[in-house]
Amino acid sequence: MLARLRKPTVSFVVGGALLFVVVQLLLSLGVLNNFWRGIIYWGAALTMVSLGLNLIYGFNGQFSLGQYGFYAIGAYAAADVTWRWTHDDASGIIVVVFGVLLALLLYAVLSRILRGFYRVTVMSKFTFYVIVTVLAFWLTVQFLVPVLSPVVTGLLGALPAAISQQVVFFIALAGGAALAGITSFLFGIPVLELGSDYFGIATLGFTIIVKVLLDNTDTILPFAEMKGARGMIGIPQWTTWPWIFASLMLVILVMRNLLHSSTGRAMASVREDERAAELVGIDVAQAKILAFVVGSIFAGLAGGIRAHDLAFLHPGSFAYIQSFNPLIIVVLGGLGSMTGTLITGFLWILLLEGFLRLYLPQGFETWRFVVYPMVLLLMMLLRPEGLMGRHEVAFLRQKLPAMLKKPLKESGDRGADAPAADMATGVGEVTA
Amino acid sequence: MTQGRPDNLAAEVEAQPVVLEVDAVTHFFGNLRAVHDFDLTLRHGELAGLIGPNGAGKTTVFNLITGVYPPSEGSIRFRGVELVGMPSYEIIQMGIARTFQNIRLFSNLTVLDNVRVAYHPHAGYNLVDSILHTPRYRAKEAEMTERAQEFLAIFGLESRQNEEAGSLPYGLQRRLEIARALAARPKLLILDEPAAGMNPQEIDELLELIRFIRDRFDLTVLLVEHQMRLVMNVCEWMTVMDFGEVLTRWLPSQVRTNLQVVEAYLGRQAV
Repeated sequence: MLARLRKPTVSFVVGGALLFVVVQLLLSLGVLNNFWRGIIYWGAALTMVSLGLNLIYGFNGQFSLGQYGFYAIGAYAAADVTWRWTHDDASGIIVVVFGVLLALLLYAVLSRILRGFYRVTVMSKFTFYVIVTVLAFWLTVQFLVPVLSPVVTGLLGALPAAISQQVVFFIALAGGAALAGITSFLFGIPVLELGSDYFGIATLGFTIIVKVLLDNTDTILPFAEMKGARGMIGIPQWTTWPWIFASLMLVILVMRNLLHSSTGRAMASVREDERAAELVGIDVAQAKILAFVVGSIFAGLAGGIRAHDLAFLHPGSFAYIQSFNPLIIVVLGGLGSMTGTLITGFLWILLLEGFLRLYLPQGFETWRFVVYPMVLLLMMLLRPEGLMGRHEVAFLRQKLPAMLKKPLKESGDRGADAPAADMATGVGEVTA
Repeated sequence: MTQGRPDNLAAEVEAQPVVLEVDAVTHFFGNLRAVHDFDLTLRHGELAGLIGPNGAGKTTVFNLITGVYPPSEGSIRFRGVELVGMPSYEIIQMGIARTFQNIRLFSNLTVLDNVRVAYHPHAGYNLVDSILHTPRYRAKEAEMTERAQEFLAIFGLESRQNEEAGSLPYGLQRRLEIARALAARPKLLILDEPAAGMNPQEIDELLELIRFIRDRFDLTVLLVEHQMRLVMNVCEWMTVMDFGEVLTRWLPSQVRTNLQVVEAYLGRQAV
């Protein structure tokens, strides 16, 4: 059994375990103070958002500026669930669990129905999905919340407080990620039909809309506890290193496994040439939506993690200018390289928010927006493919299949193929 | 004249089942009538050509068949199934494959992955298998890889499986594109100017390749081409079109007797 494991897998697991233990020790022993703990957690959250963007942009070729919007949705949704729970209100939990499940169920039904019809325009498709989503959450809020509230409170109350807290936190994180995913799915249906540049502009618009809505959570939206532009306070500080580590590993593993599968190849083919992908039988719209939703789920998860570390959320931290952060990280690290994103994601926060903030005089923050574009500019001039290009460390790299060794099954092939085989070399020489 | 084909074809050809039936198709781009009342019927195993000067609407016909855009009027049936309105990828999954006038490979993917992408609709495992790398994923992935490798071997590309497709020389890229199109075992192959940019020697090799794949894969082939040499040598009959309309349908022997017509329509260099 052990022999089947690849060497990179072993080194990844061992290295990951070591990293986990070392950081946990440093934190427990107080070598890393609260400032540096915050930097590490922040770096991890931003890296998760950036990995999501790399999946969308680097591997699927769709230029998204909307990832901070999904980050914000994940953060606020998860924060709201735990805030409500700590204020003896289980409605958040019920909405994110049952609302999402109901929505997914209705999506499955709807997609089955829609599959029977050709020439359903994207706008009608979009409208149907929005109606179904609204229906699912309305039903949940209207009918399930009153019925299930005492049940959920009772069940979780029966657990020891420490455990029920972890359970609620898990639900909050998963719920935030799921809501980010659902939003990206709905938004992606019409918008992913646009070409890449137009898609970028539309997603930028999305980030701005989210920011404006967050500014008005207590007026336009019915969430008084989010306190609009004044910022949401009272979020329990539940994020710990094990949670950070587990989320980041989850993101890395899901993304890696997805990319190393046939689905990943389909996504890459869409990046390479959409028309050609469609004409080898790839459902291009589906491949794009899938990458977009998975990438946005990563962003939503990161948001939940970040919210429960900061314990304070302000719409200003999700402004569109911030949404360039993941983009810069992905481009600097290398489009299409997970390794590059992991390195630059952490370095970016470590340098800009860590070292520079500590060792540069006050007021440096205002200069960051001069530094960002300068760094980008220099990178484009000096190393346009990014730090890592498309290179990956061994564990994240897809093993190239060994050459075919055994003789062909149909032995007649080689004989009959003589012209084809000869041509391989002949053509090469002529055109090279 | 039989609808959509010459009427002097051999009886055993006419006995084959119909594969593709393009019936009175008309297509407008805005006010421009790109294709008008176009008929074409292909029977199993045929190697038919579509010729005409630039702008005659040949590529438009291909795009209509493969669902790149739906025709303004008319119907297209593939083995009895109406294609009009179907999205491209479903038409391809039904068993039509095509290549492009300008080669469109996935240049940054390896040669092997270019072929494996074509197996995606039949991968045999789902998203959950992909994310968890279940035993089913492993089994199907290994099977897919082996199939793709054997397939590349048929085209003499197996030794270059791990190279980036974009780094192959032109002739091999064309060959890989044909291999990719055939990977999912289509019933009908549509080649859009496969000889574009090729020198005479490469064209000879292409000729052999086309005949070879037709026999090897039990295909029906439809070919658009400017190079009369290729068309004359490989096609059993051809449809001549201009200004979006069918002018006539010829057997190669008839082309020889109509050389002047060919010159007039296709230009002197065509012959």
